Amino acid sequence: MGKSLYEKVWETHAIRTLPNGQTQLFIDTHLIHEVTSPQAFGMLRDLGLKVRFPERTFATVDHIVPTHSLQEPFADPQADEMIRQLRKNVQDFGITFFDVSSGLQGIVHVIGPENGITQPGMTIACGDSHTSTHGAFGAIAFGIGTTQVRDVLATQTMAVSKLKVRRINVNGQLRPGVYAKDVILHIIKVLGVNGGIGYAYEYGGEVFDNFSMEERMTVCNMSIEGGARIGYVNPDQTTFDYLKGRPYAPKGAEWDKAVERWKALASDKDATYDDVVNIHAEDIAPTVTWGINPGQGCAITDRIPDPALYPEAERAGLEEALKHMKLNPGQPIKGVKVDVAFLGSCTNGRLSDFREAAKYLKGRKVAPGVRAIAVPGSQPVAKACEEEGIDRIFIEAGFEWRGAGCSMCLAMNPDKLVGDELCASSSNRNFKGRQGSATGRTVLMSPVMVVAAAVTGAVSDAREVFGVGELVGA
Amino acid sequence: MALEKITQVTGRAVHVPGNDIDTDRITPARYLKVVTFDGLGEALFYDERFNPDGSLKPHPLNDPRFKGASILLVGANFGCGSSREHSPQAIYRAGFRALIGESFAEIFFGNSTALSMPCVTADKAEIEALAAAVEADPEMMVTIDVEALEVYYADQILKVRLPESAQKALVAGRWDPIADLLEAGDLLEQASARLPKAVQR
Repeated sequence: MGKSLYEKVWETHAIRTLPNGQTQLFIDTHLIHEVTSPQAFGMLRDLGLKVRFPERTFATVDHIVPTHSLQEPFADPQADEMIRQLRKNVQDFGITFFDVSSGLQGIVHVIGPENGITQPGMTIACGDSHTSTHGAFGAIAFGIGTTQVRDVLATQTMAVSKLKVRRINVNGQLRPGVYAKDVILHIIKVLGVNGGIGYAYEYGGEVFDNFSMEERMTVCNMSIEGGARIGYVNPDQTTFDYLKGRPYAPKGAEWDKAVERWKALASDKDATYDDVVNIHAEDIAPTVTWGINPGQGCAITDRIPDPALYPEAERAGLEEALKHMKLNPGQPIKGVKVDVAFLGSCTNGRLSDFREAAKYLKGRKVAPGVRAIAVPGSQPVAKACEEEGIDRIFIEAGFEWRGAGCSMCLAMNPDKLVGDELCASSSNRNFKGRQGSATGRTVLMSPVMVVAAAVTGAVSDAREVFGVGELVGA
Repeated sequence: MALEKITQVTGRAVHVPGNDIDTDRITPARYLKVVTFDGLGEALFYDERFNPDGSLKPHPLNDPRFKGASILLVGANFGCGSSREHSPQAIYRAGFRALIGESFAEIFFGNSTALSMPCVTADKAEIEALAAAVEADPEMMVTIDVEALEVYYADQILKVRLPESAQKALVAGRWDPIADLLEAGDLLEQASARLPKAVQR
C-alpha cells in the first residue's frame, strides 16, 4: 500500500513518542518575524536556553513595516520597538535576518520560496497561520503559536499529533478569467471554514499539475482559512524548475541528488487517503466573499444569500455577516460600491500577481473616490516589477505603489481602513476588523478582480470589465 | 520544572455565543504590537466590547452579572484564523482557565493547551442548555473534571470530549512540552545531521 508525502515526511522527521502520546517532530526550517517571536525569545532567556541550531532559523520583518517609508525610527513607537527587539534577538542568537536594508526583506511566506529556503520534503514551522503556503513545494509546513516558536528555537522540534490527509482533486480546465484565488475560495466555500480541522490537505489533479509555483502558493496559503493547518502539492518538474539556481537551493551534484530524493517523496500512485474530494474545474467561477469569513463567498454573478431561506440554525450567523457588511439579503454582489482596493499580501503579492493585474490595468484609471494601493510581497518582487515597468502602470492608473510588507492585510502598520470603508482585497481574511477598522468591510477576490473593482469603483466581473478570457493565454 | 496538574477547573461561566469567532475578533491585530504578553487581558474581544469612543457595547463580558467568570462557553470553530498565541493569552489573562465549546480551531487549541487552559467540546444543544442555566443563575458554579471528562453544574452531569494527548498532558502537569522536548538530548543532533537544511551556496 502506497504512502502519501505527508506520511513519508512524518516518518523521516519523527524523533520519538512523547509521554502524552504526541510525536516529537524535527523541524528542518524555522521562519520567524517580529510579531510572534519576541515573547518566545523572552521565554528562552527566562529558561536560560540557547537556540539549538541557529542556522535552521531565518528571520524577516513584515507585519509592522510601514510601506510608504522605511525611515527610522518608525513613527509608531510600538512598531519601532518591535523591529529593534527583533534585531537584538537575531544578533544575540546568531540568526540570519533579511532586514529592511538587505534588499531581500519581505513577507515571510514570500521570501522563503524566493530564496530557495523552502524545499520539498522539509518540515517548516513559523509563528504565522499562513505558513501553509510553503506546502506548495511539497513541504509540510505548520503555523504555530509563540510557545511552539520557543520550542523550535530551543530544540528544533515540537510536540504534534498526526493529522488525517484529505486529497482534493481539481480536474478539468479552469474557465477563462478564473484564477488560483478563485480555486481556493471555491474549495473553502464547498468544504467550509472548519471542514479541514484535523486534516492536512493534499491538492492535486490537472489544475494543480498545470499551475505555476506562485499559483500553488496562493491555494496552499489559504488552507488554514478552510481549517486545515497544512496544505501541500506534490513536488514535480515545475517545483524543481522554480527552485533551481535560487540562493539556498542545492547546487551541482547535490542538486541532482536532491531532485531524486524529492521525486521519491511525492505521494505514491496507490497512496490511500482518509478522505478524497473531487472538484470540477469548470464549476469554479470568479469568486468573491460577501461575509465575515472566507467561506462566505459566491460567484461574482450570484446574489447574496437571504438568511430567511436557510435553516434556523444558520440564520444568526448569516444575519450577523450581512449586518456587518451592510448588505441586503438577495442583493447581487456585483455592483457593491468599493472605497479601497488593496493588491498584495502573502496570498497574492508575488510577481505573477502584479503582472497579471497590470496586463488589464494598463491604460486605465482608478475610479474617482477609490483609494488604491499596490504592495509587493518582498523587496525583490518590487524590484522585478519596477524593472518590468509594472510599477509605472499602477502609478499611472492612480494606484499608490508601496514598499514590501503585510500592509493592509492585517493593518498592524499605517495601512488601514477608515470607518466602514469597503475594501476589494487580494488578501486572505475578511474577518470583522481585520483591516484595521472595527467597522471596516473586506471583500476577498483575485488580483485581476481587485483592479476591476478599482477602475469601476464597485465589485465587478473582470471578464466584463476587461474582456478577461479573450486575453488569457494570448 | 514541576507544573500544576490540571485535573479540574471550577468557577462561574459566561457564554459568548456565535460560530467561527476568529482571532482578530478575540484580539484585534493592533494589540499584537507588543514584545510581551503582559496586559493582553484588556484587549480581549475589544472591538466587540467597546465603541470607538470607549463606551461599552452590549457584550456578555461587559455584563456585571458575569464578572469574575473563569469558564468561557463558546460555539463552533472558536479561535479560527491566525496562529497568534495572543488570543489564548488574552483569554487566560482576563481570568479564564477553561473553555467549553462545540469545536476549536486547531492552532488555537494547541496554544491554549500549552498554557494549561483545557478546551473541551460538547454538542451544541448541551452547551446551549448549560448556557441557559448560567443565564438563569450567573452565580452557579461549573466544574470541569479533566480526568473524568465530565462537566458538573446544578444537578447535571455533562460528558465532554478532549483529545487524549491534551488530557494526558494537562492531568500529568506536562502541558508545557519544553521539558519533554529537551529530554531528546543527542537525538536532536543526530536528526539535524541526517535531515535537509537550507544553506546558502
